Amino acid sequence: MKTTSMTWLKKGVLTLVALPALLAVAPKGVSAAEAEVPIEKAPVSTNPVDLQHGAKLFINYCLNCHAASMMRYNKLTELGLTEEQIKDYLLFTSDKVGDLMQIAMRPLDGKKWFGATPPDLTLIARQKETLSYSGADWLYTYLRTFYRDEGRPTGWNNVVFPNVGMPHVLWELQGVQTAEIRDDGHGGKHVKLTLVKPGLLSPAEYDKAVADLVSFLNWMGEPVAAKRKAIGVWVMLYLALFFVLTYLLKKAYWKDVH
Amino acid sequence: MTGKSGLLQWIDERFPLSATVEGHLTGYYAPKNLNFWYFFGSLALLVFVIQIVTGIFLVMNYKPDGTLNAAGVPIAFASVEYIMREVPGGWFIRYMHSTGASAFFIVVYLHMFRGMMYGSYRKPRELLWIIGVLIFLALIAEAFMGYLLPWGQMSYWGAQVIINLVSAIPVIGPDLAIFVRGDYVISDATLNRFFSLHVIAVPLVLLILVAAHIVALHEVGSNNPDGIEIKKKKDATGKPLDGIPFHPYYTVKDMVGVAGFSILFFAVVFFAPEFGGYFLEANNFIPADPLKTPPHIAPVWYFTPFYSILRAVTYPLFGLDAKFWGVVAMFAAVVIIAFLPWLDRSPVKSIRYKGPIFKVALTIFVIAFLILGYLGVLPPTPMRTLVAQICSVLYFAFFLLMPWYSKIDRCQPEPERVTWK
Repeated sequence: MKTTSMTWLKKGVLTLVALPALLAVAPKGVSAAEAEVPIEKAPVSTNPVDLQHGAKLFINYCLNCHAASMMRYNKLTELGLTEEQIKDYLLFTSDKVGDLMQIAMRPLDGKKWFGATPPDLTLIARQKETLSYSGADWLYTYLRTFYRDEGRPTGWNNVVFPNVGMPHVLWELQGVQTAEIRDDGHGGKHVKLTLVKPGLLSPAEYDKAVADLVSFLNWMGEPVAAKRKAIGVWVMLYLALFFVLTYLLKKAYWKDVH
Repeated sequence: MTGKSGLLQWIDERFPLSATVEGHLTGYYAPKNLNFWYFFGSLALLVFVIQIVTGIFLVMNYKPDGTLNAAGVPIAFASVEYIMREVPGGWFIRYMHSTGASAFFIVVYLHMFRGMMYGSYRKPRELLWIIGVLIFLALIAEAFMGYLLPWGQMSYWGAQVIINLVSAIPVIGPDLAIFVRGDYVISDATLNRFFSLHVIAVPLVLLILVAAHIVALHEVGSNNPDGIEIKKKKDATGKPLDGIPFHPYYTVKDMVGVAGFSILFFAVVFFAPEFGGYFLEANNFIPADPLKTPPHIAPVWYFTPFYSILRAVTYPLFGLDAKFWGVVAMFAAVVIIAFLPWLDRSPVKSIRYKGPIFKVALTIFVIAFLILGYLGVLPPTPMRTLVAQICSVLYFAFFLLMPWYSKIDRCQPEPERVTWK
């Protein structure tokens, strides 16, 4: 009698152990079509020259509708720029180098004009992070997949952000793309983008420019990230040493405990 | 007594300093065979201190204000970013606090599991155990209210979902929910009261409960992996034969635990503070927006087992909403832990001498708990709800069937003296 109940219990345990695998196969909550669009890995750079280029693109192209209101201009000195350089080349909307990256457009006007208020971009790279791709990856794909769509009020649409309110602000750099979108029969989408009108940059140059811009957005999300990891290495070394010392101390004290 | 300095003598005549140190450290005898699982009590105390100290510094710069600044960002949210970017070392303090919240639950869950394995809740430690469950309840409240303060989307909507549960209580529910929020929705009023409760009220309660927990522990003495009482075997001077003074033996041993824990803790703080979105969620880097509900709202990982139990209840009963019974089940899942001392009828305390049924039951319980936690992160599907229901039943069965299975289990005899295994 007892043995049979035991086998039953053991079987139950085994089933329970196998359950997480079964559950993971169950359909995901997010719409499949969105998830299936391939997000490309962004070549994120930490080179100050690339980040300076990204900052320039950001301030010229993004910082008119989007604010970065938790970011100060003089924080850019951490990218190797001097305050004089920031004042001379990057300060258009503000007069003080210690100001926050604010914009003149009021949030409610933005909502009226674009359908949604253009979000503050200070933390955009951290907001877009998921378990399967980084925020930078999403931004890198997003900024390279705008295409012409006459059905949209702005004339533009986007592959990873369908029916986006933002027009293709970088179009003069990239040129004009058209898209052929069809279902791949597995609940996903197959997208073919064609450059029908070249821009000021070649496709390779444009990819590099977007990579620099995304690298900057990534940096701006957490400017201290590189320093944090650098300090972390020393902290780990110290703690490893501390661990050995405490272990030896414990051993010495416990010698007489039997 | 002759060795006492003049100052110590002076103090001791007015305050029991030497007696306190002796009673709780140098003259407090702990079993000599405490193993790895006994690190988590002192580590919980360490995390508590980390949270208090980092919290003090965060409050110096955080602003509990739900109104929007000129750029349209809520002031509370912007003040957290101010700490992250402009306060010297602010990022370090903030990441320690956010990592500390998750670390607190990891350490406390392991501490509770230790108690369940070795029967630390059994006589004479029932009150010690109950105080522990009260600490766990206070910790849940503390973490829940603290999570609202960054005022991100998950802060806001997570709190919205949980406080809405209050309105499921019959008759008084809807009014009670308004009383808790101070408004019809989560708002600046809610943020301010949660800030007050998170920073003053609940930490004060926690401090008192933790002190009571330690006083109760030192009264009855630590249990040990063999689950036998070391006080039963004493030498001629009245000291337990299997006991060693807490100081210096366990102070130096706990330092090893502190060092090991610190390596893991600071690895997260410095290299992965978001921890894949489980400690800091991507959605919480988006400022709270009362007009935009996120498609999927999930609580932070440490609440998900209980959240799963809440969602698993899908049947209305006695004319009351399923949601109400979900809330009841969720609270029952925590409160039932306090009844363990009276549910366990086994002749022995420790899993080492308990029979196979208890071992299987505890294993099933842990697996069910982990699956519930895993499901709580995901949006529900019919299949997942069914699994959550099965796991919820298993969770409660572990407790409710214990009086029966702990009695019929084939236990082994306990040893006379503690063992090293």
